[in-house]
Amino acid sequence: MKVLPAFLLEDETGQARNFPADQPAVICFVKEDCPTCNEVMPVLEAFHRAFGDRVAVLLPGQTADGNRLLAERHELTVPILDDSRLKVSFAFDIDTVPTLFLADPDGREQETLVGFVRAEWQALAERLASTLGVEAPDVDWAALPAWRPGCGSKSVDPVIADRLRAEAENSPLRARRIEIAVQDDPFEFMFDQGFSDGLPLVPPTPERVMRMLAGTRRDPQEVVAVMPPNMGEATVEKIAINAVMAGCRPEYLPVILTAVEAICTDAYNIHGVMATTMGASPVIVVNGPIRHRLGMNMKLGALGQGNRANATIGRAVRLAVRNIGGAVPGGTERSTLGNPMKFTMCFAEWEERNPWSPLHVERGFDPDDSVVTVFTMTSGPVLMVDQDSRSASQLAGSFGLCLEAAFHPKAHYTTDALVVVCPEHVDTLMRDGYTKQDIRARIQEVSARPISELVADARSAVGFKEAVAARMSAEELARPLPKFRTDADIHIVVAGSDAGKFSGAFHGWATGEIGSQSVSRKIEEAY
Amino acid sequence: MTIIMDPTNERVPVARQISPRSGQLTGTVALLDISKPRGNVLLDRIEALLKDRAPGISVKRYAKPTFTKPAPDALRQQIRDESDFVIEGLAD
Repeated sequence: MKVLPAFLLEDETGQARNFPADQPAVICFVKEDCPTCNEVMPVLEAFHRAFGDRVAVLLPGQTADGNRLLAERHELTVPILDDSRLKVSFAFDIDTVPTLFLADPDGREQETLVGFVRAEWQALAERLASTLGVEAPDVDWAALPAWRPGCGSKSVDPVIADRLRAEAENSPLRARRIEIAVQDDPFEFMFDQGFSDGLPLVPPTPERVMRMLAGTRRDPQEVVAVMPPNMGEATVEKIAINAVMAGCRPEYLPVILTAVEAICTDAYNIHGVMATTMGASPVIVVNGPIRHRLGMNMKLGALGQGNRANATIGRAVRLAVRNIGGAVPGGTERSTLGNPMKFTMCFAEWEERNPWSPLHVERGFDPDDSVVTVFTMTSGPVLMVDQDSRSASQLAGSFGLCLEAAFHPKAHYTTDALVVVCPEHVDTLMRDGYTKQDIRARIQEVSARPISELVADARSAVGFKEAVAARMSAEELARPLPKFRTDADIHIVVAGSDAGKFSGAFHGWATGEIGSQSVSRKIEEAY
Repeated sequence: MTIIMDPTNERVPVARQISPRSGQLTGTVALLDISKPRGNVLLDRIEALLKDRAPGISVKRYAKPTFTKPAPDALRQQIRDESDFVIEGLAD
């Protein structure tokens, strides 16, 4: 037999009542605004009078004001116990009021009655009376309805249940709880603690964190990644706390967890991305069916503000890096100028408007997979304005000329780029049947410069050092050098509104093994 | 009263102990280049100055594979095993 949870509650006079208390007990949870509870209050009063001090009749009431009203309305002599904090209701795991438990003197459950079924209650009353050798309670059973459903227990009210789960002894939350004094403003407090990126945060209360954790099936204590620079353990719970602060909905959490995994790989190198004086930051691109389920923006203004999923997923990842990883500007984050994309940069690809393979398919995933790709940017989105080109070779040529500015026009072979092609430009490129590879080849062709033009000179000392150039043959100096070391350094996605001939490009950072390489990860929970 | 959950890694930074200072420049000095442009120029000059002003010591040169990532464990251990002092040419 199950042992029921022990409790100690006060009645309206402040007297504490224990369960178990070395005698059988009838425990019935009641709530004042429940008609069935009101129906059974006289029955419970009769139980109390009939069984006297042989059976403890314990009535946890769920609202303080309601308890008083019940006692007055039904002229009760049996005390109603104050469970307005609902801890005992929660511990008994009840869904309905009234729910009646019969327990033996050791607190073991003997019988449970949910709602009011007259025959059940009458049988219980008669059995108890005969066991104790007393007269049955004075109840006019015939005057009572044969059956009444109960009402929902206040402890399962969605507004309250998350708080109760968070506060329970078996709560999955393990993070340190910080009490903010009544006189303190929680928003100001969070700024003072250094949790913020400079914008207000949603207070990560235990109930909000519980709701956020409902967005994943992963164990809250699972370590998703060890996060540089301070090598903090990024557990699901810690990431969820930062997601709450960023303003996310629970269904965004799987995207955020996957993005955190991706940036914490050695290939991506979030340590260097944060520490560099260049002002780098992750761009998060989301592909696959989850884009639609989360309502992500991939069309008009996709790279800008105004969409909650885009804005808060990117912000959550950055807050996690700040708070769990410890990358704080002036500490290990040392960007000379900074970059507004460090607040948030996340968007979805408009795959349906993409005549080529979408980014995730190009990177080895199935079209139906939902995937996060992280790219390190230092500038952008830099607009590539071309309203004039009518052929694919001209337009891709414009891309090449614009991309030459990445880092510095004389800096070749140094970085990579994420090109965001807008729909009207897609149409121009498709007029001539251009593939992604054609676009890349044209960018490389147009941006190629003879090494002689890339030598340090009076205009600018960037480029090949004069001493190095001096050792080169005329043939070597004439060799054209494209902007990017390999075509694979040019990543291409489609996004933006149907109107406007403005594509964009995110310029990269140090790429390859010495810097940051783009990483794609499947969102395993994208059901 | 509002209760919030701590969003940080909850690690109170440990005050690092500084290794004992002998007050004398003896033994081997490691010069660590983090592989940023012109870091070698700085360290060349420091090496020359050390040899000039502290002729009794030896100098060993090391380099990180890339300035963007922390030094590999093996390199840190090698420097610790082989040197008494480290001068690192940090970036910018």
